[in-house]
Amino acid sequence: MFTVEAKEQLDNIVKKYPTKRAALLPALWLAQEQYDGWLPPEALREVAGYLEMPPAEVEGVATFYTMYNKEKIGKFHIEVCHNIACMVRGADALIDQIGEKLGIGKGETTPDGKFTLSGAECLGACANAPCMMIGAKYFEDLTPEKVDAIVEEYKKK
Amino acid sequence: MSEQPQILFKYRNVENYNNIDVYMKHEGYAAARKALQMEPDAVIEEIKASGLRGRGGAGFPTHIKWNGIPKNWDKPHYLVINADEGEPGTAKDRELMNKMPHLLVEGCIIAARAIRSNRCYIYIRGEYMEPGQSVRKAIQEAYDKGFLGKNIQGSGFDLDIHVHMGAGSYECGEESALMSSLMGERGMPRHKPPSAPLPVISGVWDSPTIVNNVETVATAAPILNMGGAAYGKIGSGRSLGTKLFTVSGHVNKPANYEFVLGTPIREILETAGGPLNGKPLKFFIPGGSSTPLFPATDKFLDLPLDYETMMANGSMLGSGGLMFFDEGVSVPALMTRLMHFYAHESCGKCTPCREGTNWLTKIHDRIMAGGGRHEDIDLLLDICNNIGGRSFCALGDAAAMPIQGALKYFRHEYEALIPDRSLSSRIYAPLPVAAG
Repeated sequence: MFTVEAKEQLDNIVKKYPTKRAALLPALWLAQEQYDGWLPPEALREVAGYLEMPPAEVEGVATFYTMYNKEKIGKFHIEVCHNIACMVRGADALIDQIGEKLGIGKGETTPDGKFTLSGAECLGACANAPCMMIGAKYFEDLTPEKVDAIVEEYKKK
Repeated sequence: MSEQPQILFKYRNVENYNNIDVYMKHEGYAAARKALQMEPDAVIEEIKASGLRGRGGAGFPTHIKWNGIPKNWDKPHYLVINADEGEPGTAKDRELMNKMPHLLVEGCIIAARAIRSNRCYIYIRGEYMEPGQSVRKAIQEAYDKGFLGKNIQGSGFDLDIHVHMGAGSYECGEESALMSSLMGERGMPRHKPPSAPLPVISGVWDSPTIVNNVETVATAAPILNMGGAAYGKIGSGRSLGTKLFTVSGHVNKPANYEFVLGTPIREILETAGGPLNGKPLKFFIPGGSSTPLFPATDKFLDLPLDYETMMANGSMLGSGGLMFFDEGVSVPALMTRLMHFYAHESCGKCTPCREGTNWLTKIHDRIMAGGGRHEDIDLLLDICNNIGGRSFCALGDAAAMPIQGALKYFRHEYEALIPDRSLSSRIYAPLPVAAG
């Protein structure tokens, strides 16, 4: 359920656009925050109700974009860019390294629900390849040592 | 090496340049004040004199776009900024938004003034949450100083800017898909002329709309400060001014650089520290992953990097993502990764792109796995020919062009991966001898 504050936020978002529907992407972002990092069916229904849209259309939009999670993911989502600029600077080895460290493969979540590991398409930090993001934060110019330290740090969180 | 005037990056190393007070001490908002005192058409004239062309990839003259907005029409006009930087190899807009967000905000004021728009949306890709925060903060500071909102600086001109975050889709960098996404739809492209009016007539919410790249709009502020004619003296031919280039891959100093359009590629390579660890280069991609590659030979390294030269040599300047690759990189392996990317990002709307990118990926996968067939290379080219110019938007072309470039110069690398299963080799191969 959306909190009262979140509903107020949503009211303010809708005012930015000439149509209610245009607020759909920000509304889904807000819903994902409210629902613990993913969009369960009730979140989609709630957004649909608020924006007066058919739930199927909301789902159609939500499933189009990769950053809306349709399944529960780990508390920390590690996304390592594997597109070409990062690939030639060692991204694949970093993914293997993190996977080994956490005991999971690409696209998997640790049993304690703490980490999800994914390969990501170009994150737009090509001049600082290889790079990855955890949540909203970017980590750039990665080396195996740096990656080790970052994962250790997040393990403690 | 030639002198490289720094226009967008002039104050790049000034501490706290993202803060409005610091920004204003360095010519900040002087251009916006100027624009607010000018007639909208006079602003467009300055941009025309500068010769500025779109920096997002297509290179369309900015003043023609701005001039296309109908005059004396009572519908609202919208300014939409394309900050959905997703082209592999390109990371310039991210630095602009992180370190110099006020250049963008000021550029928006100028552009909005020129096209008589009172509402601007900055569409930022979902992954760019940090740049998104940076731009939001800059917008707030501009409101606080009276550069946004009602009656800006007493000029009678109103402007509101909103940040709109995407949610992970390469396709949304395509102008019409971006507009769909801004309106709360799936990020799919829309009909284009001649089947539909241009966005300047009917863009978002059926209203006149201008979609500009971050760098294009950010350049408007320095252009007004120095004068369009002075800006137009930089560069040559129809490639005028400076452009940001993201140099990545196998170089010693990968970074964003500002170069005059037409700077020889070799000079850019040298500025970026030369080949990584001195290892010889094999090829480079001039303008982001969608532009066809060139071998790293003297002939191509000596080319001036501008719109016309790249086009004349069968590639494109694109978004300025210059990527170098050393001799250790396998062209088919790199293309395989790239095809997975395009197949993943194809929006699925039209058949040539949806099916074509999928087959390009499958064929690359089987070649890489050692199961390539003799006819596969021609099949790849055939698929490319059936995508190019036949897909609904440019994503299909973007997937086909790199393969065409790769096969033009490195066909032998593909051939080497395909086992010889020709009839003659089967007939004359000695029969295995039974054991015993």
